[in-house]
Amino acid sequence: MEVIRSQKRTVSNDVVSTPTLPLYLTAPHMEVRLEEFELFAIDRLRVLKGVSDGLARARNPNEMDDLVETLWKEHMRLSNVSEMINKDIISHFVLRLVYCRSDELKKWFLSMETALFRHRFRLKKIEEQRAIVGEFGLPYKAVIGAELESLKERLGLVARSHGQISSDVENIYYKVPFEEVPDLVASRRVLLQKGFAFVAGTQLVSLVVTQFRSHLSKALILTNRKWTTTIREREKDRLTPIVEALSTSYLGPDYSQSNEYADISLKDIDQVSKSSFPLCMRHLFEKLREDHHLKHGGRMQLGLFLKGVGLKLDDALAFWREEFTKKVGSERFDKEYAYAIRHNYGKEGKRTDYTPYACSKIIISAPGAGDHHGCPYRHFSEDNLKAALSRMGLSSRGMEDVMDKVRNRHYQLACTLTFEAVYGTSCDTGINHPNQYFEESQKILKSKTPAAPV
Amino acid sequence: MTREEIENNGEDMMIDDSKPKIENDFNVHYLRIYYGNLFPYTDIHKWLSYGHDGKHPGCDEYYFGRREFSFTLENDVYLRYKSFKNASVMEDAIKSNFPYKIDIGAVYSVDPDKRHAYAHSGTNLFTPVERELVFDIDITDYDDVRYCCSGADVCSKCWPLMTVAIKVIDTSLREDFGFKHILWVFSGRRGVHCWVCDAKARRLTNEQRSAVAEYFRVYKGNENNAKKVDLMGHSLHPFLARSYVDFLKNFFEGELQATQSIFSSKEKYEKILGMITDEDIQSDLRGKWENSARSSLSEEATSRLRWEQLKKTLQSKKNKALSLRTCVEEIVFTFTYPRIDLEVSKQMNHLLKAPFCVHPKTGRVCVPIDPNNCDEFDPLAVPTLSQLIEEINSGGLRMDVDDDDSDRSLLGKSIKFFRSSFLEPLLKSCKEEIESSYKTKIAKTKDSFSW
Repeated sequence: MEVIRSQKRTVSNDVVSTPTLPLYLTAPHMEVRLEEFELFAIDRLRVLKGVSDGLARARNPNEMDDLVETLWKEHMRLSNVSEMINKDIISHFVLRLVYCRSDELKKWFLSMETALFRHRFRLKKIEEQRAIVGEFGLPYKAVIGAELESLKERLGLVARSHGQISSDVENIYYKVPFEEVPDLVASRRVLLQKGFAFVAGTQLVSLVVTQFRSHLSKALILTNRKWTTTIREREKDRLTPIVEALSTSYLGPDYSQSNEYADISLKDIDQVSKSSFPLCMRHLFEKLREDHHLKHGGRMQLGLFLKGVGLKLDDALAFWREEFTKKVGSERFDKEYAYAIRHNYGKEGKRTDYTPYACSKIIISAPGAGDHHGCPYRHFSEDNLKAALSRMGLSSRGMEDVMDKVRNRHYQLACTLTFEAVYGTSCDTGINHPNQYFEESQKILKSKTPAAPV
Repeated sequence: MTREEIENNGEDMMIDDSKPKIENDFNVHYLRIYYGNLFPYTDIHKWLSYGHDGKHPGCDEYYFGRREFSFTLENDVYLRYKSFKNASVMEDAIKSNFPYKIDIGAVYSVDPDKRHAYAHSGTNLFTPVERELVFDIDITDYDDVRYCCSGADVCSKCWPLMTVAIKVIDTSLREDFGFKHILWVFSGRRGVHCWVCDAKARRLTNEQRSAVAEYFRVYKGNENNAKKVDLMGHSLHPFLARSYVDFLKNFFEGELQATQSIFSSKEKYEKILGMITDEDIQSDLRGKWENSARSSLSEEATSRLRWEQLKKTLQSKKNKALSLRTCVEEIVFTFTYPRIDLEVSKQMNHLLKAPFCVHPKTGRVCVPIDPNNCDEFDPLAVPTLSQLIEEINSGGLRMDVDDDDSDRSLLGKSIKFFRSSFLEPLLKSCKEEIESSYKTKIAKTKDSFSW
């Protein structure tokens, strides 16, 4: 890609071979105007941020399809098709430069681009989808003849196990090594036999998305190398400042550095847990006090939250030690648990300073036997959730509103409504992060009684 | 028989009553003797070398040296990132440290010993490259469905839960995933570990391991939800259907009912009623069972009767709601389907206890289990450290690894099984693979010379 200042731009001719959904396999040969460089990237970033929001609100796949279609029309549409495709490709490659520069940026970009690709693919007709599969050069053949006959009954069982009635059962299946379709295997949406998965035509998306993600992941590593060795220096007066500004603009605070509202000390922690913790953390905190123990998932979720809230490492060690020694004794605490706490604060191992979990991460976690982490709006049964909400002080009307959101799987909206009911105020931005809940809550409480600890 | 008697029986069978019984199944002195004479160093080394023994030009002579081990010493001192160049270096390290526990980690891109040299460059060059696909099943995860024991205890009544878990998972690993080189090991106290050692398995990414673990996952829950198994849809996935028909149904209606009597008391049956989503059916059955509370039948017979009643009631109301269709299966799955520890399987860098270690709390050796004969396996009859020491003392039996009499020694049988059923077929397959990838490499370089 060549970035130029001239008014006219030459359009590459090989773009037309991938009609509407580019795979971004190789950087294209085209010239880009400097203004477009930044503007195209910003528009695409708006789309990716919209995708991120949609995922955080746990939208189902069909809702995500609609969302992606809307976002794309709103931000990426241009007067003619080839212009649109150029913008698509240019913006993707510019954002690669922006997001290749650290592990966290890479991870976010990879997730969002993959999700975007997945839903744009799903919106395509089946013939176009098959063409795209061909583009990737995947060697999978359809299952036919005697082999298909021997599998038919079980293939039907798989389809029916996910609610498909017999007449809808897909009649084309591809035989694919199970490693290529991990998400289909995980959700038991494919028949497995001797290491092969039988993927229906309608499930092609899974196959393609795995390829897409794998390719993009490797590409980001190469891009990073090029950036650090040549591009950054070469472009320091032109593209580099643009690239560096782009990544900080849309990600929102990650609460890895606590601010002035959020310094708590050990003696206040019980009171603060009742007054300002969101339900997920309150539950973990209560269970910790009750059982003097939490399993790994709970320790991570609560531990990082407390770090974001302003609990210093020494206080954290004292806090966890106070509880755990009641159950396991101080020697075991020092040997088995203290290390992990220091690890969370970036004082051990590879010294990553871990960031507290956002709602999106907590909602998709999977608490099992003996666990108390996760999102109560998602993981609690109705009865248990209602009991917990009533302990937080919700009236029965307020509770109904919250439960209504829960039944429609709008877990973060449910938490937002809870917030609004507890503090008697509206929260327009919605709750996206437990630490955000905490900070907003502290703001409100402190404005009411500035001097007293809350 | 009470639990106590069962536990003691295991010991009494082996030890001659005329000699004083050796107290304390586990102590450092015995451990030294064990690691001095009995631990199968060569076999473990051969296994983890996967054919890279230096004899073939295609071998990677540094392969074994890039494997991470960890030692847990007396006083809970924990040493990670240990690695050994070869079998004798490993043997020396174990014999000088006498670890209470040895864990096996992944094979890394560089020698774990030298990882710091690569740690602070921008991209992480010290990464896991190969690692067996592993599973950990622990009976404490079944505490909500076993009534004979809880926590660290295990007995002949609840151990069969592990047996059925092995059968379900082993069958699936072979039939569905096509794996062949699978080692099942007793964890020493209350569970089992599974090591899948095929080359394909060792090269799986974390995402793929996660997918396999999720494929096996059925039980989803904690104390905050009442219904922990949800089998939606109009039919079961063939894997679940096969597990149900071949193993779970018969186990539930046979052995489980006999040992656990899961309907015999109000507290017990309320738990099951909570899994039926229809309130009317719940009250209907509750009414029947409250009235029959004083019947003269035994616990087991009562339990069986109530199960039949439940099935009949659900069968007649089957068309009422989709969720009721799979209710019977859901109940069976809740009580019998394997509950694996997902976190253990998902990450390549997770460490897992080595086979043939000795469990510090029970003194038992972590011996392999034959999945084709797992019904016969009795965790309370596994040789303990003190039994092994006693054997050495009384018979003067030295553990001669090539001895034909190895069958007669307590540990010999296990080692022989490890070799013949697992190690030999594995090594054969590894050699073939090394041979063929070497040939491919040679062919490629030949091509590259042509103009």
